[in-house]
Amino acid sequence: MGKVIVVTSGKGGVGKTTSSAALGAALAQNGDKVVVVDFDVGLRNLDLIMGAERRVVYDLVNVIQGEAKLTQALIRDKRLETLYLLPASQTRDKDNLTSEGVEMVISALKKAFDWVICDSPAGIERGATLAMRHADIAIVVTNPEVSSVRDSDRIIGLLDSKTLKAESGERMEKHLLLTRYDPVRAQRGDMLKVDDVLEILSIPLLGIIPESMDVLRASNLGSPITLADGKSVPAMAYFDAARRLKGETLPVTVPGEKRGFFGKIFGRKAA
Amino acid sequence: MRTLKQPGLKRLYHSLGPEINLSLTISPIHRSNRKFTKMTDVLTQPRPIRLKGRSFLTLALTPELPFEDWLVRLDDLAARSAGFFLRRPVVLDVEGLDIDRTQLRDLVDRLGTRNVRIMGIEGAKPSLLGLDLPPGMTDGREAPDVEAPISEQAKKVGASENIALSGPPTGRITPSIVLTQPVRSGQSLVFPEGDVTVVGSVASGAEIVAGGSIHIYGTLRGRAMAGTTGNASARIFCRKLEAELIAIDGFYKTAEDMEELRGRSVQVWLEGEAIKTGIIG
Repeated sequence: MGKVIVVTSGKGGVGKTTSSAALGAALAQNGDKVVVVDFDVGLRNLDLIMGAERRVVYDLVNVIQGEAKLTQALIRDKRLETLYLLPASQTRDKDNLTSEGVEMVISALKKAFDWVICDSPAGIERGATLAMRHADIAIVVTNPEVSSVRDSDRIIGLLDSKTLKAESGERMEKHLLLTRYDPVRAQRGDMLKVDDVLEILSIPLLGIIPESMDVLRASNLGSPITLADGKSVPAMAYFDAARRLKGETLPVTVPGEKRGFFGKIFGRKAA
Repeated sequence: MRTLKQPGLKRLYHSLGPEINLSLTISPIHRSNRKFTKMTDVLTQPRPIRLKGRSFLTLALTPELPFEDWLVRLDDLAARSAGFFLRRPVVLDVEGLDIDRTQLRDLVDRLGTRNVRIMGIEGAKPSLLGLDLPPGMTDGREAPDVEAPISEQAKKVGASENIALSGPPTGRITPSIVLTQPVRSGQSLVFPEGDVTVVGSVASGAEIVAGGSIHIYGTLRGRAMAGTTGNASARIFCRKLEAELIAIDGFYKTAEDMEELRGRSVQVWLEGEAIKTGIIG
């Protein structure tokens, strides 16, 4: 039985889709079978980021409405044979997502894949709540700025109340992925510090992804950064995050932070 | 400092603003401005009588027949604890007693000579009561039994007795809830029954509404409203104040009014109609 991960944030533009694709590709490079599901019905982007936009025939809504089989809608990545995409519909809207339909799709995917990554739309409406509903693990994508942090806090509240796990009395496993971290701006004090964000959200840190032109370039190429340029700094950060997801304990380094000798030895424990 | 009542929490019944000499004003004061004028002439501008409901804790005495024996036991109790009934409001519970009006009046008089003043009678048939007797009382709620002090303790207890009699929820067990996880943005915890304790932080955009006091063992970034059911003695405590708004019994302060306390351990209470804050620890 695979694990269902929701990548969510509340706020838009923080890097949910980029992170879903990058983590999916990172996990798949380990040989794990991964499917990335686009829940952003009506505003789909994941197919572009993953370079599969010209291969979309059927989508999530088609499957939910019984117009296509799941296997017909799944798109296998050309570069990684264990990486799949389930695209969203661009022409329908989110009302076409039903709770029963999503449950049916997710439970079918869980049986066939090691990781089911649900790329949530922004906001806290139907699309977002259905994306998180069946998750085992939540990755909360946050930028180091106040509005993003507050929206993430709101999302964490929903994760703890509106998901199946929460309703059955279990605790949802939540991780913070701090993206678009700009070391220069952080040094100037224009951004929230990592510790401040962690203090406010009080969930464990999965990784810090620096703001980078490499990410933008990879997106425009239609390739997750972990596939396009595996040696780049953001790709390394995503690879580390993927290893932490699998249970490894690795120190988290804050990009651009000058580390002393002891800092290098002890590192920063992923909380 | 703002000490206006927040709309919706509790309506300000009547507020007296800056004094205006009515003889100097040319036109009569418009209705909408009335609350800002001090009423100097009661006859021309009648002011409503303030009527409020309030509940108090009283001692309920349950006499037993025959009264002679019961009074002996009462005298015995009074001898062991001098002043036990002094200044205490006492209600006589005569439920199920087969007595007539004369007997009841006689009992009230005899209690009066023992400095036990009866403020009301509970469980009496209407025919038993009259204008020469204390008023009948109904709908009394049970509170924990009051233990009669034994002689050694008598003096000590006598000194502290009055405290137990003032303030709204005394004697009753006040319920409280404890949260061991952070309160997230958008979450609202409403607990009109009593105190709220949060072991964790209250996020920006979250709110805690409590009938009693609020204790935050973390950073308070959202809103905290204590004493919302009219409890002016409620307080707010937090380890680190970064609140958007704090309110007690409807009086509130916003973040702007508390700049100097930002990041400090703070307690908040009400003095009259003014919100007071103090740094703790």
